Amino acid sequence: MEVRVANVRKEFDRFPALHDVSLDIKSGELIALLGPSGSGKTTLLRLIAGLEKPTKGAIYFGEEDASHRTIQERNVGFVFQHYALFRHMTVADNVGFGLKVRPGATRPAAAEIRRRASELLDLVQLSGLEKRYPAQLSGGQRQRVALARAMAIEPKVLLLDEPFGALDAQVRRELRRWLREIHDATGHTTVFVTHDQEEALELADRVVVMSQGRIEQVGTADEVYDTPNSPFVYGFIGESSSLPVKVEDGQLWVADRPIGLSVPDAPNGKAELYFRPHDVELLEECNGCIAGTVVASRRVAGTRRVELEIGGERQRVEIELPIEHPAAQKSRVAFRPRRWKVFLAEG
Amino acid sequence: MTTEPAQAGWRFKAPSVIPGFGLTLGFSLAYLTLIILIPLTGLVWRSASLGWTDFWAIATDRRTVKALEISFGTALIAAAVNVVFGTIVAWVLVRYRFPGRRVIDAMVDLPFALPTAVAGIALTTLYASKGWIGSLLAPLGIKVAYTPLGIVIALIFIGLPFVVRTVQPIIEEIDKEVEEAAATLGASRFQTITRILFPGLAPAIVTGFALAFARGVGEYGSVIFIAGNMPYVSEIAPLLIVIKLEEYNYAAATAIATIMLVISFVMLLVINLLQSWSRKRYG
Ligand SMILES: Nc1ncnc2c1ncn2[C@@H]1O[C@H](COP(=O)(O)OP(=O)(O)OP(=O)(O)O)[C@@H](O)[C@H]1O
Ligand SMILES: [Mg+2]
Repeated sequence: MEVRVANVRKEFDRFPALHDVSLDIKSGELIALLGPSGSGKTTLLRLIAGLEKPTKGAIYFGEEDASHRTIQERNVGFVFQHYALFRHMTVADNVGFGLKVRPGATRPAAAEIRRRASELLDLVQLSGLEKRYPAQLSGGQRQRVALARAMAIEPKVLLLDEPFGALDAQVRRELRRWLREIHDATGHTTVFVTHDQEEALELADRVVVMSQGRIEQVGTADEVYDTPNSPFVYGFIGESSSLPVKVEDGQLWVADRPIGLSVPDAPNGKAELYFRPHDVELLEECNGCIAGTVVASRRVAGTRRVELEIGGERQRVEIELPIEHPAAQKSRVAFRPRRWKVFLAEG
Repeated sequence: MTTEPAQAGWRFKAPSVIPGFGLTLGFSLAYLTLIILIPLTGLVWRSASLGWTDFWAIATDRRTVKALEISFGTALIAAAVNVVFGTIVAWVLVRYRFPGRRVIDAMVDLPFALPTAVAGIALTTLYASKGWIGSLLAPLGIKVAYTPLGIVIALIFIGLPFVVRTVQPIIEEIDKEVEEAAATLGASRFQTITRILFPGLAPAIVTGFALAFARGVGEYGSVIFIAGNMPYVSEIAPLLIVIKLEEYNYAAATAIATIMLVISFVMLLVINLLQSWSRKRYG
């Protein structure tokens, strides 16, 4: 099922949690909503589920405006961050609940419901735990029960709010791979929220980067990592360094010297240069480069991170050096970013 | 295969790692013995001085039987009514915001605070055939004051806070997401209430019922004003005990008291078992 979010705005008591958000989700796609805390990820997910009503705009399921459909009719599977399992029901009853509450005509027989439930529990690797109560399960197991419960209704869309948020790194990685497998096997259109970028980049077909109630960028992992379209995305996804620069006649300048990077179409004025600390070229002699004094250095796994102080304004940037580089305190290092982007200063 | 052993009949619940199990258990037992067990044993011992035939004669006396019937019957009805309306009141107080909510919330406790005799007199004035409510009911042929119905009303009044105050905190604890989860799974509002919310509230409701019922059985002050106290019709067991006392018939008084005690104990025990059975399932 395709889902289209069209110019949706959501206010809570006049406070805008989402401003004019639009998003097209293709059928069978696995989408990640990624953004810092408070950026509106949960709000967007709840709007799609029908748990909240948009202040403006509409959400389409296929061709149909979903606004007129109740939560019950939307047929979405929602997995809550804190599982929200029914604690007075066994695992099997939790999973079968969605089938059991169907109106008489479409409700499967009790035996069929039991069979479906144990099939799903097999899928989430929990067979044998049918008779347990949620209180008798570990966090990761509860999470999987919640997922099985949501999938039991054969949802058109599966929505997961920080599905692995409360779990330790090891379990997270395991469940991540496993969610991808389940998605590929079942083909549900899936949207999941996370603020772990590694999770988003690794798992999703496309990543939606959000900030302060807006969508900053939508794209594949490669697109958002390699060609971020805003300073926010550059800073939020992966590691980045930035340096205030000046555009003059199509050249970038730091303080009083050109750094050998050209931007033919940019108008003159102040700008900000962004690059990845590891994606730099070290230079022996400097005609057209960024040069600075090493003020701090630390070892990070297989490389060395150094902080440089650039020019008279003492701007600090971080770059990565090979371990064998003889950079010592106070020594001078010259470099030029290999891949970079400038964003013109606003106003 | 489960990894845990099956619940094998009766055994002590394993003491937790938090220290003090022995000390607190010892204290509780000593305290309960002093406050409850010794006076009650005195009661039983006293009535035992009667001898079995006399005891049996008092126990099966028609007036005693009637009084016990009235006491337990009205207390059960009142507790049942309170369970329904008390739960609704608790629900409304927790779930809705409306002007005057805090006032109503405070009002729920009034029956706790009011001297029961005051409540009895107030209710009698209201429900007497010339009273505000009584005069409205009289043309319909409903007599409240001086009938068992009056007793039920007094006990509803007295018992309401027990249900509201035990159920209210549990409603407050209900996770909104659990209801939302039920809705996304296709459950109607009615199904969510009956299948998700109610089972979660059941233990608290049972507790509220037990408290309201126990209070109703022992209630004296408010009832004697509205009941009219006609033997065989609206005379409650606690009043009968007082009457026996006033006749210096201590043996009979303690005999009736002992019977009340045994019946109450058995009923509360059953309610408690019911509850631990339902609790066990939630973990
Ligand atoms: N029910 C609500 N009432 C008022 N404000 C709300 C409500 N829900 C969310 N907000 C506000 O809307 C904004 C977005 O919240 P949202 O829960 O969508 O963030 P999020 O991206 O999911 O954050 P997190 O990663 O911390 O879960 C926040 O500023 C939050 O305070
Ligand atoms: Mg959130």
